[in-house]
Amino acid sequence: MIIASNVSKQFGKLNALDNISVTCNKGECIALIGPNGSGKTTLIKSMLGMVVPDSGFITFNGKNILQNWQYRSEIGYMPQIGRYPENMTIGDVLDMMKDIRGHSTRLDEELVQAFGLTDLMQKKMRTLSGGTRQKVSASLAFLFDPAVLILDEPTAGLDPVASEILKEKIIAQKRKGKLILITSHVLSELDDLVTQIIYMQDGRLQFHKSIERLRADTGEEKLAKAIASVMLKMQV
Amino acid sequence: MKPFVFIITLFFYYQAKATVLYVGSDRLYKNISAALALAATGDTVLVGAGHYKEKTLTVTKSITLKGINYPVLDGEKKYQVISIKADGVVVDGFKIIHSGISSLEDLSGIKIYDRKNVVIKNNILEDTFFGIYIQNGTNCLIQDNRLTASSREEQQSGNGIHCWKSDSMQIIGNTITGHRDGIYFEFVTHSVIWRNTSVKNIRYGLHFMFSHNDAYIANHFKNNGAGVSVMYSHGVKMYSNIFEENWGDGAYGLLLKEITDSYIDGNTFIKNTSGIYMEGASRIHMQKNLFKNNGWGMKIQASCMDIEVTKNNFIGNTFDVSTNGSLVLNTFDNNYWDKYEGYDLNKDQVGDVPYRPVSMYSMIVEKNPPAMLLFRSFITSLLDKTEKVLPSITPEGLKDNKPMMKRFF
Amino acid sequence: MKKIIKYVMSDILQNRIVLVYTFFLLVTSLSVFSLEDNNSKGLLSLLNIILLIVPLVSIIFSTIYVYNSAEFIELLVSQPLKRKVIWLSLFAGLAGSLSIAFFIGVGIPVLLFQPNAIGFMMTGIGILLSIIFVAIAMLAAVKTRDKAKGIGVAILLWLYFSILFDGLVLFLLFQFADYPLEKAMIGISALNPIDLSRILILLHMDVSAMMGYTGAIFKDFFGTGTGMAISFGVLLVWSILPVWMSTRRFNRKDL
Repeated sequence: MIIASNVSKQFGKLNALDNISVTCNKGECIALIGPNGSGKTTLIKSMLGMVVPDSGFITFNGKNILQNWQYRSEIGYMPQIGRYPENMTIGDVLDMMKDIRGHSTRLDEELVQAFGLTDLMQKKMRTLSGGTRQKVSASLAFLFDPAVLILDEPTAGLDPVASEILKEKIIAQKRKGKLILITSHVLSELDDLVTQIIYMQDGRLQFHKSIERLRADTGEEKLAKAIASVMLKMQV
Repeated sequence: MKPFVFIITLFFYYQAKATVLYVGSDRLYKNISAALALAATGDTVLVGAGHYKEKTLTVTKSITLKGINYPVLDGEKKYQVISIKADGVVVDGFKIIHSGISSLEDLSGIKIYDRKNVVIKNNILEDTFFGIYIQNGTNCLIQDNRLTASSREEQQSGNGIHCWKSDSMQIIGNTITGHRDGIYFEFVTHSVIWRNTSVKNIRYGLHFMFSHNDAYIANHFKNNGAGVSVMYSHGVKMYSNIFEENWGDGAYGLLLKEITDSYIDGNTFIKNTSGIYMEGASRIHMQKNLFKNNGWGMKIQASCMDIEVTKNNFIGNTFDVSTNGSLVLNTFDNNYWDKYEGYDLNKDQVGDVPYRPVSMYSMIVEKNPPAMLLFRSFITSLLDKTEKVLPSITPEGLKDNKPMMKRFF
Repeated sequence: MKKIIKYVMSDILQNRIVLVYTFFLLVTSLSVFSLEDNNSKGLLSLLNIILLIVPLVSIIFSTIYVYNSAEFIELLVSQPLKRKVIWLSLFAGLAGSLSIAFFIGVGIPVLLFQPNAIGFMMTGIGILLSIIFVAIAMLAAVKTRDKAKGIGVAILLWLYFSILFDGLVLFLLFQFADYPLEKAMIGISALNPIDLSRILILLHMDVSAMMGYTGAIFKDFFGTGTGMAISFGVLLVWSILPVWMSTRRFNRKDL
């Protein structure tokens, strides 16, 4: 569905993306993993059209995303930090997004209810805790039942209950055959979710494997340990 | 008995002598010229309503020429309408229109040649080149006439009331509009200009030169091309006049040039580009005038000396006073300045710190006129404030040591 | 586009700073008209507010708002929307709400106390200045990535337009005092929207002083219908050009 071909991006002297090529297909749940500053967020942003690559190109369903914006109606994006205009209420934000997307698509308000946001609709954004804002961001990402979900650190700041709800939701979506891209630092969370691993370092793609391959290659059952052993190998 | 008979006889004699000659379409005299030809000294020629085209009427006898219901005397744009060449003539109640235009002969509605005791009153003059022209007159009365001209250009227009080389004139209650100068005085002495209204004249409302010991009182000068100009004279008394809305480049409410020993009291200057502009003036007393909403209340050039400015009100002027030099030989005392920000601790109604009416920005504009572009900008008010604390450019001596806390009237 | 403007505007209009700003303007204009004995003096005090406070608040508030909305803008960009639409909506929301704040704070009192040409002129120009400085703020914000630096740039721009430019002009005037600069000054005034606004209002207010020697030249230009049209045209350019430039920049910007 999303194919990046030889994508490079530089911010000043920093090589944020160095000749990255990846293919993400329907039904996959891909974990983007790497140390801080390895270029994960930049790659996601490139896919969303927020960052324009210096060279290379990205296609969505076979169409180059450059100068194209309609394709984003098929993506649900949950940013790392969700900040909204402070005087909007949760209701306003949801309404605005519904306005922007149009009412044609079926709405999936399951998360809104599961997170208990229905009772907080009149609360202003500035009065909300970071966790609640994350809940709003998550709800928004799933609201329009998109074919692709891009989640940047989805569980950061969420309490364990909410975190669990979100994971359940992700698994349910995966079963529906959607493409899901997740970045996370907390690898233990990803165990039950992901089917593929993309590992990045210093803007370079180190590997892109299925989780079964990774387990087989490293002999570790847990993702966290598997990755740790990979990193150790690389340092050697 | 004898003297009584003599007086009676005398009375009848003069009664018989002072005949009234009627002019009109249904009268004995169909035109005025015929009546004038037959009239004798002391007679009255009474003219009925009508439209008379009689080229120039020349009055050579001391008679009264009176119109009933404003008979129209038409100069057909070719002729001077009335020429007065006798003493004691009275012209009353005519409507005089369309005089000829000639700069060479100064064609006028009414012209007085070297005569005295002439009275011109209650006439309406329209579209005349010069209106009422007095050449070498003495003790004439010009009263309650209404003069209107409509030329746009200076060359096409003469003055409304023009006095040249005259003495003891009285110009009272006239209204003049659209002429070159409303009232023009040159070499006129011991005369009074009182209660006239001079509005929308092309050049000056009042133009006053080489005329000594005159007074002009309670006149209203409004919206004239360049305001009022008083030059090269001494002993002029200017009381209770109103100078209003004289706008434009080089327009002044009152322009004083080379004036000495004069008095300016109780006048009102409103909405002029400059209320008063003074150049080479000396020994002038200015009291109880009101300067309101002018661009510059007063511009005193450094060539002026011994000007005493006391008890005047300065209200709402953009600049109260400006000058072009640092030498100040004039005094400002006990005036009210609405921009004064001082205090009065002992409550004697006199401010305890002096007021400096010349702002730094006004000095800048004086030296560099395009700086007007920065008028009322933040930087200029900043400059003015700094200058108040540390005076450096504005003349040290130009200040009111006893500024009043309240306006006078 | 309308959808986003609606939400952005309602957000800004509820903003505490905007509320305080509106209230401040309202209190000042009402007190100015009720305390001063003559209304023209009141208008003069208001003029200073329009020429100093309005640009200052507009530029700084807009800059901060754009930076604070960075994540929100990212979220919008991830939605099926053209970037141009997002940016212009943000501009329209900011300009619209600050104009409304100005209109309530100054426009209504002025039109109540001075329902004449000066009143309309002041209101119109105040609104134009609000819009212009929102536009300039957005250009500054889109060009500078760092928030602190961006706010610094905004303050510097305000300083430049309200003081430094005039100081420079004054300096040039004295340097070239021997040349006839009157006509050139008209052109120079077009380089600063605040100066242009000031002259336009003053020509309706301090007529007597502006009719002086140089004033006559200004009056001949700015006082005529054509001159007024040109001046307003220039002010419009001042609001459109930065928006156009910032939109182009935003279209290619990496978020």
